[in-house]
Amino acid sequence: MITTPLIILTSFAYLGLLFVIAYWADRRADGGRSVIAHPTVYALSLAVYCTAWTFYGSVGMATQNGLGFLPIYLGPTLIVLLWGSVMLKMVRVSKAERITSIADFIASRYGKSQALGGLATVIAVIGVIPYIALQLKAVSWSFTILRHYPALHMPDTAALPLWHDSAFLIATLLAAFVIVFGTRHLDVSERHEGLVAAIAFESIVKLIAFLSAGLFVTFAFLGLGGSELPNAFEQVRNTPLLEPLMAPKIPHFPDWIAITFLASLAVILLPRQFQVGVVEISNERHLRRAIWLFPLYLLLINLFVIPIAIAGLSLFPDGRVNGDTFMLTIPIVLQQPWLALLVFVGGLSAATGMVIVETVALSTMVSNDLVLPALMRRWRRRPAPADLGRLLLNIRRGAILAILMLGYLYYRLAGEAYALIGIGLISFVAIAQFAPVVIGGLYWRGGTREGALAGLSAGFLVWIYTLLLPSFAKSGWLPMAFMESGPGGLDFLAPLALFGLVGWNEITHGLFWSMLANIGAFLLVSSMRAPNVQEASQARIFVDALRQHHPSSTALWRGSADIADLIALSERFLGVERTREAFASYARSRDLNTADALPADAQTVTFAETLLSGAIGGASARLMVASVTQEETLGLDEVLDILDEASQIRAYSHELEQKSQALEAATAELRAGNLRLQELDRLKDDFISSVTHELRTPLASIRAFSEILHDDPEIALDQRKRFLGILVSEAERLSRLVNQVLDLAKIESGFADWRTEEVCLQDIVEQSVQAAAQLIADCGIQLTVQLPPEPALVWSDRDRLSQVLMNLLSNAAKFAPAESGRIAVRLRRTDSHWQLCVSDNGPGIAEHERELVFEKFRQTAVGGTKPAGTGLGLPISRQIIDNLGGRIWAESRSEKGANLCFELPAHHSDRPRSDIQD
Amino acid sequence: MSKRILIVDDEPNIVISLEFLMLREGHEVRVARDGEAGLAAVRTHRPDLVVLDVMMPKLDGFAVLEAVRGDPTLAGTRILMLTAKGREAEQNKGLALGADAYMAKPFSTRDLVDKVNALLEQTD
Repeated sequence: MITTPLIILTSFAYLGLLFVIAYWADRRADGGRSVIAHPTVYALSLAVYCTAWTFYGSVGMATQNGLGFLPIYLGPTLIVLLWGSVMLKMVRVSKAERITSIADFIASRYGKSQALGGLATVIAVIGVIPYIALQLKAVSWSFTILRHYPALHMPDTAALPLWHDSAFLIATLLAAFVIVFGTRHLDVSERHEGLVAAIAFESIVKLIAFLSAGLFVTFAFLGLGGSELPNAFEQVRNTPLLEPLMAPKIPHFPDWIAITFLASLAVILLPRQFQVGVVEISNERHLRRAIWLFPLYLLLINLFVIPIAIAGLSLFPDGRVNGDTFMLTIPIVLQQPWLALLVFVGGLSAATGMVIVETVALSTMVSNDLVLPALMRRWRRRPAPADLGRLLLNIRRGAILAILMLGYLYYRLAGEAYALIGIGLISFVAIAQFAPVVIGGLYWRGGTREGALAGLSAGFLVWIYTLLLPSFAKSGWLPMAFMESGPGGLDFLAPLALFGLVGWNEITHGLFWSMLANIGAFLLVSSMRAPNVQEASQARIFVDALRQHHPSSTALWRGSADIADLIALSERFLGVERTREAFASYARSRDLNTADALPADAQTVTFAETLLSGAIGGASARLMVASVTQEETLGLDEVLDILDEASQIRAYSHELEQKSQALEAATAELRAGNLRLQELDRLKDDFISSVTHELRTPLASIRAFSEILHDDPEIALDQRKRFLGILVSEAERLSRLVNQVLDLAKIESGFADWRTEEVCLQDIVEQSVQAAAQLIADCGIQLTVQLPPEPALVWSDRDRLSQVLMNLLSNAAKFAPAESGRIAVRLRRTDSHWQLCVSDNGPGIAEHERELVFEKFRQTAVGGTKPAGTGLGLPISRQIIDNLGGRIWAESRSEKGANLCFELPAHHSDRPRSDIQD
Repeated sequence: MSKRILIVDDEPNIVISLEFLMLREGHEVRVARDGEAGLAAVRTHRPDLVVLDVMMPKLDGFAVLEAVRGDPTLAGTRILMLTAKGREAEQNKGLALGADAYMAKPFSTRDLVDKVNALLEQTD
């Protein structure tokens, strides 16, 4: 059955399979047929979130507090909804800046600060090592339990010699695996294809193992696997033991919220999650599938947690068997060796997956953000070795080994102190310290390097004090009294009840205080100065990541550089071949034939820096590039100029466009206005010219005859009389003209008085005809008047209407032929108007002159004889009728002669006055 | 010696006064009421002097002046422009087109008679 060699063989076979998968995927990637460039693979790789802690620990946690395990998966499920923005932003920035790790991300955001990258690395390592220890512990425990099959054996805490300790062997084995697959290439932004493929595979294995165990337990409950489980369940069914599971309720609400929040941060910020989620992503579109597939995975892997926990408590009601081991101990006690082995493999896959990715991520951070900066300081005094790439890879390999050994050490020293779940959550709180600087850095431009350093430090210190130290105390390394009463008996400093805060569990308590300190310090210190050049430029890249499709550093660099130096520098880290390739393809993108032809300008320097960032991180890359170039310090103003240039130019050109449009419109308006003014000016000139002409004509007659009469006293009497008659009529004409000009000016200027009242048109017609009767009779003209019987009422000015009618009558009289002339006045009703027409049998008005007759001084000559008018009668009439709300026009007539008409709105005397248009 | 004078004007009262003045000076007077009639009269009656208004129906004074000056057989016809258009520009236009004198309305009868006589003396 299950023997130790079988377990070891199975474990090696499983790791061998992983190896094959990783190798195969790497070969495929080299051949350009990537297997991981698939959204499902991406979503599965994210499931590295589910570690041995999930695999074994969820059941253990459920046995203690029912649904308490759920927030750890609820948080990620909820936060995934925001991935379309937050995660997309991080992915965009990281691709553009070739970011290699979460520490690199933070360092890059705040001006590529080495100190910040170093601090973040320290926090990540210290925070995550207990978590790695946890995985080693899980593998080691599961190995020990399974080894004793079919006996049920709980691992004892007594230390084994190193070579017998399975955890140590596992740690060493994993170190070898990670070194082979995690450090093949130096440029981590080139992605670890094999590694990701293996991780995705592991996610499938652990899910299958968990579901198998869950289905088995479910069937066992139904009696399909014998009566043992149903019987056991009946016995404990109504005991308090099962209460949290049978009647699950949401535990202490603040803790529930806090852990949900914590997990939602961890799923992005944990170094391994950042590695698979951000660094290893091959296409940002893969995020879309992950948004539903990842939560689905979390749901499936939690589906059977409660049944398994119930089964475990039913089978082991005495508490002798740790709930964290139920996954394994249930198949053992129910005599299912193969299921037990499958569960063991599942647990192994969960643990190895986490350890592999976590160590790759941490080793990158350690080499790029801790070791390399230290080495660079040394290289200032001593020349660096030629092949820096190999050196860097070795540093990374050493880091992998060191991290796993530290994890093992932690497991040996402290691993027994806490339940598995406790260690995981403590790690989560440490990693959550990245949240303010990362999330804040993506949305707030004001953060500074000092602010980020202060925030991280403050949060981390509070984490140490409220979570790490108590965990040490529980391991017996610190006096427990310190926990309860604080250092020196200062109660308010008690690590688990800081400032008297009680009522929350220690995770919630630690999270609250560390976050408060973190955010507070970050905001406070950041607000002490404005971001400098570097920070502002990086802030722009991070905050505006979604706005620019390809965010990239504006070439914020000025100085002198040599292209050969830049290439040589890259070669030392990346090797000759890769450097040549990268520079050549960059040269092609700038339409140059060879890399040597590249100008050593700001863009090239930025390219080289970004290229190096992929290998050694942003902060180190900046310093490295600075060492081979002479950069001129840019003043803040200059940098802001450069940064704002593009947007300003856009803004300006937009503004200019708008202004020029406005100007064009204004110009057109002015031009039109000017034309109108010119036109008015011309009209005025014409009017004055016409008026003076019209005045000169009668004046000429008056003067001529006056002089004739004056100079020649011997003129015959009848001639004298005739001349005096002319004088009188010309003087009349002159005064009439002057009156009409003034009248017209008055009406046109709007100063005329209008005395509107109810007027009966019949009255006006009769009155005017009477006044004109003599004139008409003198000319021998026959006048006919047709009036309707009903009173034609209009709302009008009586005198003005008479004036119009007189004008029309005298006009008609002027044109009607003497002796045989006929004039007709007709008044009739149209729909809502009264229309009055005056026609004559004169020469008529030519079609083209019908409108012209209403222009001033436009007189129609009749048969070469000038009519004796002022030329203002009809223009004045038109002004009057227009003002009275009617219209006046000349009409063509079938018979000979002119027909001038006007109409006015009919007025009903019973209507109130206000309704009347006047 | 009596001279033939043509008055071309559409203002009846002006014509009456001009006719009276010219007859009193002993000239032979003809009258035309518009530009076309005026030009026809110039061609048929060959007046020694034309008193020509500018603003007239059918053909204005300038057009009549141009036509007369453009006809070599009418050379020697004196033309006195008489108009209510008193602006200098128009005066210059008239003179440029070949008017012999230009007088603005209202005019002094004595000046007019003097001017007419002076012009007629030149024809001798």
